[in-house]
Amino acid sequence: MLTFLISAIRLGMAFLFGSTGETITEKSGHLNLGIPGVMCVGASCGCFMEYIYLSHAKTNANAFLAILLPVLATLLGGALMGLIFSFLTVTLRANQNVTGLALTTFGVGLSDYMIAETGAIYSKGSRYFTLSLPFADNLGWFGKLFFSHGILIYLAIVIALVTSYVLSKTRVGLNLRAVGENPATADAAGINVSRYRYASTCIGCAIAGLGGLSFVMDYLNGNWEYCIDAIGWLAIALVIFTVWKPNVAIFGSIVFGALYIASSYITGVSFAGKEIFKMLPYVVTIVVLIFTSIRNKKENQPPQSLGLAYFREER
Amino acid sequence: MEKAPAIELKNISKSFGNKYANKNVNLTVNRGEILSILGENGSGKTTLMNMIAGIYFPDEGQIFVDGKEVVIRSPKDAFQYKIGMIHQHFKLVDVFSATENIVLGLKEKGKFNLKTAAGRVKEISDKYGFDIDPLKKIHEMSVSEKQTVEIIKVLYRGADILILDEPTAVLTPQETQKLFAVLRKMRDDNKAIIIITHKLHEVLSLSDKVAVLRKGEYIGTVETAKTNESELTEMMVGKKISLNIDRSEPKDCEERLVIKDLSCIDREGVKILDDVSFTAYSGEILGIAGIAGSGQRELLESIAGLQKVDKGEIEYNDPKTGKKENLRDKTPMQIRELGVRLSFVPEDRLGMGLVGNMDIIDNMMLRSYRKGKSMFLERKAPKDLAEKIINDLEVVTPNAKTPVRRLSGGNIQKVLVGREIAAAPTVLMAAYPVRGLDIGASYTIYNLLNKQKEKGVAVIFVGEDLDVLIELCDRILVIGSGSVTGVVDARTVTKEEIGLLMTKNKNAHEGGTQN
Amino acid sequence: MKKANFHIVKREPMAWYYNLLVRVISIIASLVVCAVVIMLLTKKNPIEIYASMFKGAFGTNLRIWNFLQNTAILLCVALAITPAFKMKFWNIGAEGQVLIGGLATVCVMMFLGDSLPYPVLILVMIAASVAASIIWAVIPAFFKAMWNTNETLFTLMMNYVAMQLVAFFLKYFVKSGSGTLAPMPDFGLPVIFNQPYLLNIIIVAVLTAVVYIYLKKTKHGYEISVVGESENTAKYIGINVRKVIIRTLVVSGALCGIAGLLLVGGTNHTINTSTVGGRGFTAIMVSWLAKFNPVIMIFTSALIVFFEKGAGQVSTDFRLPDAISDIVTGIILFFIIGCEFFLQYKILISRNRKENDGC
Repeated sequence: MLTFLISAIRLGMAFLFGSTGETITEKSGHLNLGIPGVMCVGASCGCFMEYIYLSHAKTNANAFLAILLPVLATLLGGALMGLIFSFLTVTLRANQNVTGLALTTFGVGLSDYMIAETGAIYSKGSRYFTLSLPFADNLGWFGKLFFSHGILIYLAIVIALVTSYVLSKTRVGLNLRAVGENPATADAAGINVSRYRYASTCIGCAIAGLGGLSFVMDYLNGNWEYCIDAIGWLAIALVIFTVWKPNVAIFGSIVFGALYIASSYITGVSFAGKEIFKMLPYVVTIVVLIFTSIRNKKENQPPQSLGLAYFREER
Repeated sequence: MEKAPAIELKNISKSFGNKYANKNVNLTVNRGEILSILGENGSGKTTLMNMIAGIYFPDEGQIFVDGKEVVIRSPKDAFQYKIGMIHQHFKLVDVFSATENIVLGLKEKGKFNLKTAAGRVKEISDKYGFDIDPLKKIHEMSVSEKQTVEIIKVLYRGADILILDEPTAVLTPQETQKLFAVLRKMRDDNKAIIIITHKLHEVLSLSDKVAVLRKGEYIGTVETAKTNESELTEMMVGKKISLNIDRSEPKDCEERLVIKDLSCIDREGVKILDDVSFTAYSGEILGIAGIAGSGQRELLESIAGLQKVDKGEIEYNDPKTGKKENLRDKTPMQIRELGVRLSFVPEDRLGMGLVGNMDIIDNMMLRSYRKGKSMFLERKAPKDLAEKIINDLEVVTPNAKTPVRRLSGGNIQKVLVGREIAAAPTVLMAAYPVRGLDIGASYTIYNLLNKQKEKGVAVIFVGEDLDVLIELCDRILVIGSGSVTGVVDARTVTKEEIGLLMTKNKNAHEGGTQN
Repeated sequence: MKKANFHIVKREPMAWYYNLLVRVISIIASLVVCAVVIMLLTKKNPIEIYASMFKGAFGTNLRIWNFLQNTAILLCVALAITPAFKMKFWNIGAEGQVLIGGLATVCVMMFLGDSLPYPVLILVMIAASVAASIIWAVIPAFFKAMWNTNETLFTLMMNYVAMQLVAFFLKYFVKSGSGTLAPMPDFGLPVIFNQPYLLNIIIVAVLTAVVYIYLKKTKHGYEISVVGESENTAKYIGINVRKVIIRTLVVSGALCGIAGLLLVGGTNHTINTSTVGGRGFTAIMVSWLAKFNPVIMIFTSALIVFFEKGAGQVSTDFRLPDAISDIVTGIILFFIIGCEFFLQYKILISRNRKENDGC
């Protein structure tokens, strides 16, 4: 049970990065369906950097650098993907859905390519990411559950809390929400809509990229799997599941994580039956979608102009 | 007395596509002065002001603030020069509170704190005599409250040049008076105020100077004290025209539509229509007056079968068979199958009445495409109808295959009204059919409605301009917050009386010639 | 203050040759960028790269057939989603809808292949695959119609449910160690003129015409356009929007079922979780780029298949990972998506009113 929960948390944080990133993006009115691609690229950029660093540093690799460099590479890779998306949708006013899907195609291809170049095993690098806090072992199950995780797990929670605070309590958050709700109003109020959309999309993508890195380096212990895009789609679903609230998403992501891995922890089910269990997260998402749409509350609605381009001189 | 110019425009031009919206406009506003910008719909008033407010950027020309040339690229630049604009369509975020909307986009020093901001909002509203709850959410506010938020928003930013775009369009006469009092107070505070309007009497009662635009061109500026209504009209439309609408006496009146105790409740459980009862007769125009959003839309939509009715009856008397039909809880399809010839010109022309991206022919088909058993479309008859409407109503369009979105407002409305009349209705409902139309097009529409009335159609006309309602209609039904506050004879009533009825509370109900 | 020296205005609709020109330029530009990317990776000259791409798509007779076949299948999926997209129903679940149709086909082949006479078998196969896909498409449509449930995510999730169903099926019925199902060509669709793909191509060609007529000339097609343009208008004129949504997704699902049938019954004669291979998503591009016009979709699907096949050949010729073809496709899509901007807007430089066109 304990290992189940710990795994759920480790996997959940990959979802959390993704959904926090997508929430920031969606709050600006951008529906970025390229998140799966972004997470792939984020993961592969980080892995690629780790590969380079470790093959240069050989035996005297520094744990701090071994974590910092891949994280920076991931952030950069994610942000660049966000830049492509923003350039097409903001500057060239392209359709967001189509651009997002193209971004996913591109991102999956790019990351597969990079992985094919470096090989798919990063367990050496992964060691650094799964270092647990030194006192975790002294605290029994409590320590295991809360303090045994790698650094990215805590980073995910910190980012989610900070995002939640910024969105609801600061001027930047207020402006950002206005851009997503009603860009014409935000524009008239002197807010640079394009800049906010660019920034929130790039930051969102950078954070989502960390989700890919966390998935490979932490949850998978460095063994690349070609299913990061599925994680990405679920991260988008998680945004709706948690009604655009990153603090709620902390718990939501763990639930998703638990559902995703439930099949491997359930005993007494045949090999084939486990495939049915793997449907769970998707089916639950569908049920949640149906449930929230039937309830249809005003405060649980997406940003009003989600998915719409804004052009000031539209007439 | 010499006043300092606050803002000057020199040779400003702006075009959209190949069309000029403004051409060589020159304008000066002084401090401590109210300037009206007068012009018909489509004369480029709003475009011009949007260039001062940084929404649009002029193609040519210069703008001076306090004598210095400035470049206003964005609303932010406009704020720097202390210019604030209150748009006709409020620019407010629905899910935000008043204060959140007011501080939106500001870059103040220090920690962001909504509480202190709310305190300052209160201060400003006390200074000028507004009445507002800083924490109330916009989607819970009335139109007049929303406007107040807009005005406080620009004052909060320290604006001393205020531009108001058609501020009275959505207000009752009483609210208008209150707004004017506030504006005069601001003028005495040495602010420069520009108000865009097409209502002559407002110009005369409020402003110090009037600048007139016609079809994007600047005609001239006159001092209000030295002019009169007919001179201004002439400047506005370029020729003398009579402002009277021919109104014939209603004849052969029969009860066509009898509404009894109609009530509707919206999703949040609020009563939008509350026991509405009235009768529409054939051969007359029944006007409906009320503050925007008092239930006019819901009323027409309930009759048309588009709104769920919670209580009451909608009875239709068929002129051919003499049979009575109850239209309640029927879909538009079922209503048509009953043989009820009900036409409806909705308020939202391109969002409801027409499909903007389709051409005129396909829009004609909206009403008729179901005819016949074949599963294929028949485009011959709609094409003929489109040609006929283009000819008869003088619709300006390259051809019948042009998407209606690309026509001007007046021509779009001609297409819509033309189609609805072509169905030979017995009841014709029109919601704000002249909104946004220039005087010429408006009169075309009035004439069309009058012709229908003479043919014995029961016409229901929802309007916002009380002067027009009084001149066009036979009877006027006034509704206030979803209930009927009075039915009056349009030939004898005054604007002030209607205004009082518009704001009257149902429970304190008395007087008015109830039907 | 920094003064930007240009601004953007909406342009009047342009003549068709201008539209075509902009698109051709954008495709050429994307080809150049792709060649540069591949050059950087391989240090080969671009002519070789283009030659290799061309060879990949049209090099041999078999490849031409392969190209046509792939184009036909992609086009079929694109045709399937087009009615839904025209209605602004963002169905990104074609992947799952096709897959479930394929699964139904495989089930019929496996369990009834021996017991039914061949013509009956084919009919049962068609019915099963079409029915399965319709069910898969109608479930999200029903919830969209009743409660406006977000169809984008719903259909997306349905993809994964379909994939898991296939995975379950394979694990449950295939007892051999490899976990793959051996092809059953005996129970596939008939082969005509000795060309295994010809029937598929003919069927899709006919479907293209049918969908074109359905959308442009029938009352159903008209209703789809009205609902897609404005749901309010649809209600106003008495269209039953719920009915149209569900009916359209039945049509969409049925076409997905045929795509599944052609893929499994007419091509692979077996199934695995990646049988559809992302066509459900690529088809969205095909349909959108063609502005939902079935005839233009012939060209857009051919174009995308050409790039995929071409890039695939490049990756074998120059020993690059397969993933290069996804990268190339992505870049090309970015260019084609981006060039729409130049069709709808023009850039004015300062006050000289200079026009700056091109991609």
